[in-house]
Amino acid sequence: MNVPLHTLAHARTGDKGNRSSISVIAYDARHWALLVEQVTESRVAALFAHRRPTHVQRYLLPRLCAMNFVLDDVLDGGVNGSLNLDTHGKCLSSLLLSLPIPLTDAHP
Amino acid sequence: MDRSDRHFSTGTLRIGCGAGFSGDRWDGAVPVVAALRAAGGPAVLLFETLAERTLALAQLKRREQPDHGWEPSLERFLAPVLRDCVEAGIPIVSNFGAANPTGAAQCVHALAARLGVRPLKVAVIEGDDLLAALPSDRLKQLLPPALKGEALVSANAYLGAQEIAMALREGADVVVTGRVADPALALGPMLAHFGWALDDWERLACGTMAGHLLECGAQVTGGYFADPGIKDVPDLATVGYPIVEMESDGRFVVTKPQGTGGRVDRQTVTEQLLYELHDPAAYLTPDVVADISETEVVEVGADRVRVSGVRGHPRPPTLKATLCYEGDWLAEGEISYAGHNATARAQLAASIVRERLHLLGLASVRLRADLIGVASAFADDAGLWHQRNDAPEREDVRLRLAASCATRAVADTVMREVLALYTCGPAGGGGVRTQVTPRLASDACLVPREWLSPRWTLIA
Repeated sequence: MNVPLHTLAHARTGDKGNRSSISVIAYDARHWALLVEQVTESRVAALFAHRRPTHVQRYLLPRLCAMNFVLDDVLDGGVNGSLNLDTHGKCLSSLLLSLPIPLTDAHP
Repeated sequence: MDRSDRHFSTGTLRIGCGAGFSGDRWDGAVPVVAALRAAGGPAVLLFETLAERTLALAQLKRREQPDHGWEPSLERFLAPVLRDCVEAGIPIVSNFGAANPTGAAQCVHALAARLGVRPLKVAVIEGDDLLAALPSDRLKQLLPPALKGEALVSANAYLGAQEIAMALREGADVVVTGRVADPALALGPMLAHFGWALDDWERLACGTMAGHLLECGAQVTGGYFADPGIKDVPDLATVGYPIVEMESDGRFVVTKPQGTGGRVDRQTVTEQLLYELHDPAAYLTPDVVADISETEVVEVGADRVRVSGVRGHPRPPTLKATLCYEGDWLAEGEISYAGHNATARAQLAASIVRERLHLLGLASVRLRADLIGVASAFADDAGLWHQRNDAPEREDVRLRLAASCATRAVADTVMREVLALYTCGPAGGGGVRTQVTPRLASDACLVPREWLSPRWTLIA
């Protein structure tokens, strides 16, 4: 069974220039291993493919049960030149939180 | 700092934040100051009001009127709390100065006189303005290739906490800065209070992360967090702004005034701890490189969170600077379609405007179409999202057309085409609104520290 990431984690977007940073924080430490396994750089890059990221980097913070994603060149120039209403990309944490996460016997 | 004949404290320092950006609530500082006064010990109030482009806007303002160019919300933020802060001996530190710290200092003096407050010692921190500080050949060396030949509006380095600390040690009631690293607004008072050495990287990093948590105001106390039914936040209309209780060893607690809305817990603090960070092991500031890879966030009471385990590494050899230059003209026009087939009518309207621009010889104008209510914020300028996702039928759709234009005249032409959808477009289009805005663009560069001479001055 798949559940959306937002049932397991919360998130916040920040931006610098044309780069978006999105934290993902587990509500419950018991889901941390599942998130590390499922919320990977390649899956996030695929979810944001229409934004054409040139690089996606994940940083793990196990003591906080949190990870930080840095997505390069996904903001159409950001506040400099983007035509998006949301030039900062503040809404993008909600896109990341739509990622489907499979629940298995190992990770109920 | 001259440490030989001065007494430094080991007692708790409370630092409150009254605003996290220029457009913040005017009254956020009021309960913060009341809480700082009630606590009774040494305390400082900060306001962070200088976003990347705010300074360029201020620079443009100063060009028109030389005695302007400081934060226009200064009086709005200060008037409700200045008297209480002065009476209680709570210094105020802010980057209100923007492009004209001296002008801001004079405004503070005038405000104090109007409120009947005693004459104040107001310090300004300067030296961040590269256009003033650097000869043109050095400035040219710094510009990124894309910026060569562009019209620079502003260029400012992010200064550190040291000069703020010096001004406070000399008894400043108010310290007004131009561009400084946001966390330095909090670290400066800590250096002045505890006398931490400038190479005590561990404590400097703790103070920097405390400042990082404070600098966006309510974003650490429940703002930018609520998701109804999933993660609720009480009373956002009266959300409490943050207070940090800093200890001499660098450990600190984040809290908020009693009786205010919002929440301070592991979740809100962790979200803000990571906000706008890239590598959590290397948060670069002028004062220190902070490392939160081993940091712990623990709830120690109601709306009280302790942060510990922040590590520090030597400060970088260069300072970051933000360069702002004149950008494009943004044209935005909207029209609504509702009821049956609304999505298709909005899509048809977008394609009509695209064809009109082609017919008018404006096919090279970069144009984006959003279907608000169907897909907008997640989508991209190139339209890949719309190509890859079917647009669902909705009964209330607002078409938004946005164009990047080289001149105001082109922007106006594009907007007239949106307006003409009333009579020449699909059935039942209503509520056209158009707006044309000049934009500033920005870029970053690194400046060798030794090129700059940050300084503080008391302004009479």
